Amino acid sequence: MSVKRDFAVGLFVWAALLTMPFWMPAIGGYTGLATRVVVMGLGAMALNLLLGYTGALSFGHATFFGLGAYGAAMTIRYLVPSTPLALLAGIAVAAAAGAAIGAMIVRRRGVYFAMSTIAFGQIFYFVAFRWSSVTGGDDGLTGWTRAPLSLGPLTLDIRGSETAFYYFALALFAAGVGAMAWILSTPFGRTLVAIRENERRARFLGLSIERHLWLSFVISSTLMGLAGGLYALLNNFVDPRTLRYDQSGEFVIMAVMGGMRSFWGPLLGAFIFVVVQDVVSSHTENWMSVIGLVFILVVLFFPRGLLGLLGRRAPA
Amino acid sequence: MSLLDVEDVTKAFGRLVAVGGVTLRVEPGELRAIIGPNGAGKTTFFNLVSGFFPPSSGTIRFDGRDVGALGPAARVRLGIARTFQITEVFPELDVAENLRVAAESAAGLAFSLGRGAARRAGMDGEVDRLLATAGLADRRNRQVGELSHGDQRAVEIAMALALKPKLLMLDEPTAGMGDQETHDVARLIRRLHRDEGLTIVLIEHDMRVVFNLAQRIMVLAEGKTLAEGTPDEIAGNETVQAAYLGESA
Repeated sequence: MSVKRDFAVGLFVWAALLTMPFWMPAIGGYTGLATRVVVMGLGAMALNLLLGYTGALSFGHATFFGLGAYGAAMTIRYLVPSTPLALLAGIAVAAAAGAAIGAMIVRRRGVYFAMSTIAFGQIFYFVAFRWSSVTGGDDGLTGWTRAPLSLGPLTLDIRGSETAFYYFALALFAAGVGAMAWILSTPFGRTLVAIRENERRARFLGLSIERHLWLSFVISSTLMGLAGGLYALLNNFVDPRTLRYDQSGEFVIMAVMGGMRSFWGPLLGAFIFVVVQDVVSSHTENWMSVIGLVFILVVLFFPRGLLGLLGRRAPA
Repeated sequence: MSLLDVEDVTKAFGRLVAVGGVTLRVEPGELRAIIGPNGAGKTTFFNLVSGFFPPSSGTIRFDGRDVGALGPAARVRLGIARTFQITEVFPELDVAENLRVAAESAAGLAFSLGRGAARRAGMDGEVDRLLATAGLADRRNRQVGELSHGDQRAVEIAMALALKPKLLMLDEPTAGMGDQETHDVARLIRRLHRDEGLTIVLIEHDMRVVFNLAQRIMVLAEGKTLAEGTPDEIAGNETVQAAYLGESA
């Protein structure tokens, strides 16, 4: 029964994603907003591999989002105007940082782990903020745009067409999310959930907890880097706020609001967050207080998140 | 050669000596019980043997190797599996998944990022076998956190068995159980010992279980060995009666 339900939910999610540019205007949005949902959704789901599936509280995951964004932006700005190379560079930078930071913090637990992730994020934030000659500092890095994608004889104009860029982003989202679903269905993925459930038991089954945490951290950071790279390409711009702790917090809010124990929950959380932010911020600067109110209501009435009631399994 | 050879082992937490110079040899195929009043150091002793923490002094040899400095995961790989006084399982996973995580760990698949290796290693069959051994086949898809205390205990023992241990250590396997559940668990332990030839050390408070199952008994009190011998010898030991059995009789 649960397998059927997972299948139905998955089908619904993919149908909604594939048609989002067409129905987004009906709720007051536009194609670029749909792309933002997909990109932030990928980030929230990547974070949730740690938060929801491994049980490790990374509250500084904007580090890898921002590094992916700067990696992509700086590649195009300084090296080569290639969208694929820019994304690969962003992913590589985020993965390398995830590997290094992960190795330093996998022995910390709970709030100590969480604080360490925030601290590392703030280091990168201040570097981006201060090193104006390279990063553009507080004003952000401008003077570059994403390049059209050439696929052999065909060219996909992801620069000129917002719709083309949406489907480009969605294809990469699908690859990232598909990889996550696959990982969660393997023995490694099962072991991560087991560590979340009971670390002591896992250790006394002969499992090397730290190595599992580390690998989960690296995979999560890598996917976060992809999301960050797409975010930079979406905006043709990147600034230090992509690295800051409040950006990290927003990903956590998306994951918790949508449901950390459900595979698609963080995507729903990202959808609500991004759309509410867009709609409310056109009326008032204080859009965050509306998000905060929604968040409080969700936590009070759906402690497991909006999709929390739909069960606990990843679509296998 | 003894399978487990613990020599004069001590564990002190600051000034508190939880285990003070205990020696124990367990032969292959033996079923040994450790009894003693609360606070006697039984669980601390288990923690020392299973690698929860290192001893303050003394040596722990297992299967001919000095394991005193090894962590729990390394000792599991050498063949020491344990259960805990308060059942330690994966509550939100179902019964089959709990056993599968354990079996895949034992098969060295915990880092496998494919599904093929687990299939080739026969993990499905292994899980079925464990379910049958523990009498849990009809509950395989139930979430473990929702099971009765006795069933959760059976899951925990089956997870330990999945590690294919040479030594199974059970910390109060019947604690908090009713008569029927106690009977079922005791029968499972007896079967594992007789039919599968497993070496078992258990801590137990239920004296019916201890005197029914154990071939030899070690009595701990205040971190030291009070007596050691067959059930008959222990039952007739006046020091033990005074210090321990006397309280409950």
